[in-house]
This record gives sequence, C-alpha cells and structure tokens, in this order.
Amino acid sequence: MILILQGAVSLGLLWAVMTIGVFITYRILDYADLTVEGSITTGASVAATLISGGWNPYAATFLAMISGMVAGLATGLLHTKLKIPPLLSGILSMIALYSINLRIMGKANISLLKTDTIYTPFINLGLGSRNAVILFGLICVVILIALLYWFFGTEIGCAIRATGNNPNMIRAQGVNTDSTKILGLVISNGLVALAGALIAQYQSFSDVGMGIGSIVIGLASVIIGEVLFGTRNFLNTLISLVLGAITYRVIIALVLEMGMRPTDLRLFTAITVTVALSLPLFRGYLNTFIRSAKNEKGGA
Amino acid sequence: MLTVTNLRKTFNAGTINEKTALDGVSLQLEEGDFVTVIGGNGSGKSTLLNCVAGVHYVDSGTIMIDGVNVTKLPEYRRARLLGRVFQDPMMGTAANMGIEENLALAYRRGQRRGLGWGISNKERELYQKLLKPLDLGLENRLSAKVGLLSGGQRQALTLLMATLKKPKLLLLDEHTAALDPKTAATVLDMSERIVRENNLTTMMVTHNMRDAIRHGNRLIMMYEGKVVVDISGEEKKCLKVDDLLAKFQQVSGDDEVNDRMLLS
Repeated sequence: MILILQGAVSLGLLWAVMTIGVFITYRILDYADLTVEGSITTGASVAATLISGGWNPYAATFLAMISGMVAGLATGLLHTKLKIPPLLSGILSMIALYSINLRIMGKANISLLKTDTIYTPFINLGLGSRNAVILFGLICVVILIALLYWFFGTEIGCAIRATGNNPNMIRAQGVNTDSTKILGLVISNGLVALAGALIAQYQSFSDVGMGIGSIVIGLASVIIGEVLFGTRNFLNTLISLVLGAITYRVIIALVLEMGMRPTDLRLFTAITVTVALSLPLFRGYLNTFIRSAKNEKGGA
Repeated sequence: MLTVTNLRKTFNAGTINEKTALDGVSLQLEEGDFVTVIGGNGSGKSTLLNCVAGVHYVDSGTIMIDGVNVTKLPEYRRARLLGRVFQDPMMGTAANMGIEENLALAYRRGQRRGLGWGISNKERELYQKLLKPLDLGLENRLSAKVGLLSGGQRQALTLLMATLKKPKLLLLDEHTAALDPKTAATVLDMSERIVRENNLTTMMVTHNMRDAIRHGNRLIMMYEGKVVVDISGEEKKCLKVDDLLAKFQQVSGDDEVNDRMLLS
C-alpha cells in the first residue's frame, strides 16, 4: 500500500508540472489549449530519442522543453495571425504533432530501460528509485512555483494575466494581446513537454499514444486542486495545483487497486472532471432547494 | 490635438447587412477642448470614437493625434496617446485582478513592459492618494478584486486609470449610460473635475442631451454617419434642450427623437 502511495506521489509530482502548464492556458489565459495532448508526447519523444542516442539526460530534457515551446508558438501563431479559433488551433497542432512525434522517434515507442536518466544521480545517492523521483520532482516543483510566482508578478506577467481576464482592457493600456497570448502558450507547452520528458524517463519509455487524454488529466488535477486546496492567492493556487495532481494520482492508484480495469481509467477521469465542473451548478440547485424548503417551513 | 479628415467606415460591406457608420466625418479638436458628441442609435458616434481608438480601422480618411498619423496603427500602439472609458463598466477593468493591479497596468500604459515588478510600494502610496478624493473607500482595499466593486465604482476606477498617465486625448464612450441616475451624475461630475484639473482634450459620447449641453465647451451632433450640428463658444453656453431638439428635427426631417435622448 505504501508502495502504491509512493508511486502515486512520485508520478503526481511529475504530472504537477503538466498541471501547472494546463493551468496557465486554461485559467490564466482563459484559453482551452489542446496542443498539450501532442506536446506532452513531443517532450517525451525528444527526450527519449536523444537519451537513447547517448545524450546527457539533462540536456535532452532541456531540449524537450524547448520543443514544447515551439509547439506552443505554432498554436499561438495559428490563433493570432491566422485568426483560427483557440480550440481549433490547438486541435490542428495536436494532430500535426502526432505525425511529428512519430518522425522524431522514428517508430511508435522508445525504451529507456538500459540508459541513464535524469533520475540516475539521485538514485546513486542511495535513494530508492521512487524516492529519487519524489526528491527530484519536489525540487522541480518548488523551483517552478518560485519562478512562476515571480514571473506573474512582473509587468509582463501581469499583462498576460490581464489578457486572460479582459483583452479589451489591456489593449487599451497598450499591450499587444497577440504577443501575450503567444507567450502564455509557449510557457505552458514548454512546461507540458518538460513533464512529458520527466514522465517518459520515469516510466522508462516514450510512446506515441501517451498524450491521449492528458488534457483531461490536467484539467482534473487543476479542478481537484482548486476545489480541495483553495485559491486564496496565487501562491496558494500554485501549491493547490501540485496537491491536486498528486491527489488525482492517488485516487487513480486506489481505484486501480480496488480492481478497476486500467482501460476504464479514461472514462473514470472524464466522469470525475464532469462531476467537478458541474459542482457549482448542483451547489446552486441545492442552495435553492434548501432555501425554498426553509421558506416553506417559515411560511407554515 | 485631434484632426480627423473625411473618415468613412462601412460595416458588412457588400452584404444585406451593409451599414455605413461614418460617411465622411471631418473634425478638429484643439488642445483642451471638451467636446460632447450626441446622436441617436446608429448615428455613428460610438463608431467615430472606436475608429479614433483603433478598435476598427477606417475604410478611408486620416486620423492624426497630437501630430502623429495613427490611421493605420493598431489599437495597442495608439494606447500611448489615449485614455478610454467604455459604456460597459465590465470592459475597462480586469475583474479577477486587484484594484492596485489594475491601476498599475494603467500606470504603464504605452510603456514597454519588462521583468520588473508589476507594482511597487511607492505606487501603492500614489494610488491611495489618488483614490481618496473619489470618496468611495477604495483607498483602504487596494488589493480587493475589481470584480467585487459596483458598476459605479468600476467606472470611477476606469476613469482614474484612463487619466493616471495624462493622455493626449480622453475618450469617454457613454461611460455613464449603464449606471443608475445618481451614480451617473457622480461619475460625470468626477469626469468634469478630472478633465478640468488636467486640462485634458476630451471627447464624450452621450445619449443624454442635458449632459451634452451642461458639459464641455463644444457640442457636435451626428446623424447617419455625418456631423450635422457643431456648436461651440457662446452659443454652446446659451444652448437649451429645446434648441437642440429643434436642430435635430431640422436635420432628421421628422420627429424621430428617441426617448433616451430626452429622459434620464
């Protein structure tokens, strides 16, 4: 059981990086970006291809992140320059990336079983492989939170937040909203690809299909984090996202342990997100119901 | 300060919904002019403001602001010269950001934004000082989200944001139309005071004839995409609602004065 939890926490920390990426587009930019389905695999593919080709895992992971940023740039240009709606530009990138990822890897999957990975130095410290991932993941997430907390407090960061909030207003303040949208997409997909690279090295393989459904997992983690751990301020929100990603992984590990078929996971995730998204609505109904019940009592 | 020459703008050209919003508008504003723009629905007054602001590009004609030809500049590049307040109180501010953050965004209007902090402590003091005379209690809740404010408070804040960095031209687009009469009067008084204190060149679009008469040193009336009445100086000072109505009926050729122009 502890082993399962350990596994869930380590994987959750890596998915937290992806969750933060999704949060940047979905919440900050108010842009439902489907590019992530492709860019997470791109990150994994680039890292796996380079590492199995003898590259240093850290350099490979860095390049994986850059590749994701390029994917985000492509989506951003489709949307801002060619005026393609957000959802569709993301879908176009996602579809294109499927072919590109196959080109990068040259085949449908690459194994990393016999190579050093980004975790090897931590494992060599004498930690177990799961603990090594947890330690690395924690360092990664803490650095990331600090960086993003700083960045979204800067002038550019504020302009990006305002773009997601009210593009008309921030254009009137002299900000080119095309640039801020592109920048947000670049950062987001860079993080998603980074997560892809980390996950591939954790599970010791990269597979062309590994990104399918990742947007829903990301959204599930965002929503679970926000609902369970709060959004009082930006720092609190960022931490909530990480905890949300971990919680999601723990839930999945538990339901699998209880005997759910792994192939049913995506259905389960979709239902979880649907319930979480519709929660405010039901809460509204419930409140009205309670109020009317009270009123009836008062009237009688 | 603003020179607009022969502006033309047609929406949905070549379709069944074709609408000529501006039909050869020319206008010159001197520094310190406060012009009120009045006209019925679809007369082109908001389109004129939006074309000056760069929300729409014009089909032909030129727009010069403070000697700069901005006709082909995108909206965000003109922002350096313009302060704007919109009809919809939701439109001028970012609802999920704090009062101080909104002010800080406006404080950097038209400047290059870098990786410095989005807001400094020195600015906070400045904002407190500027919010205090508005008498809305906003100076004590600088970090409160703007989404929590009322429409009137948001318009007052937008007005402050528009003039925080002195603009070459202030554009007020029916900025009190969505407010209740009492709040509208307060915001209007505030606008008048800020414009006077900073000697701002201003264009104010309004539906309300009395407001158009009471404020500013010049009044123009638009009808079907053209400027049909242009009154300034002594004549403007002595103007009455009845005179204006008479002029409107004269140019429109019938009695289609809409109620909103009279009431409120």
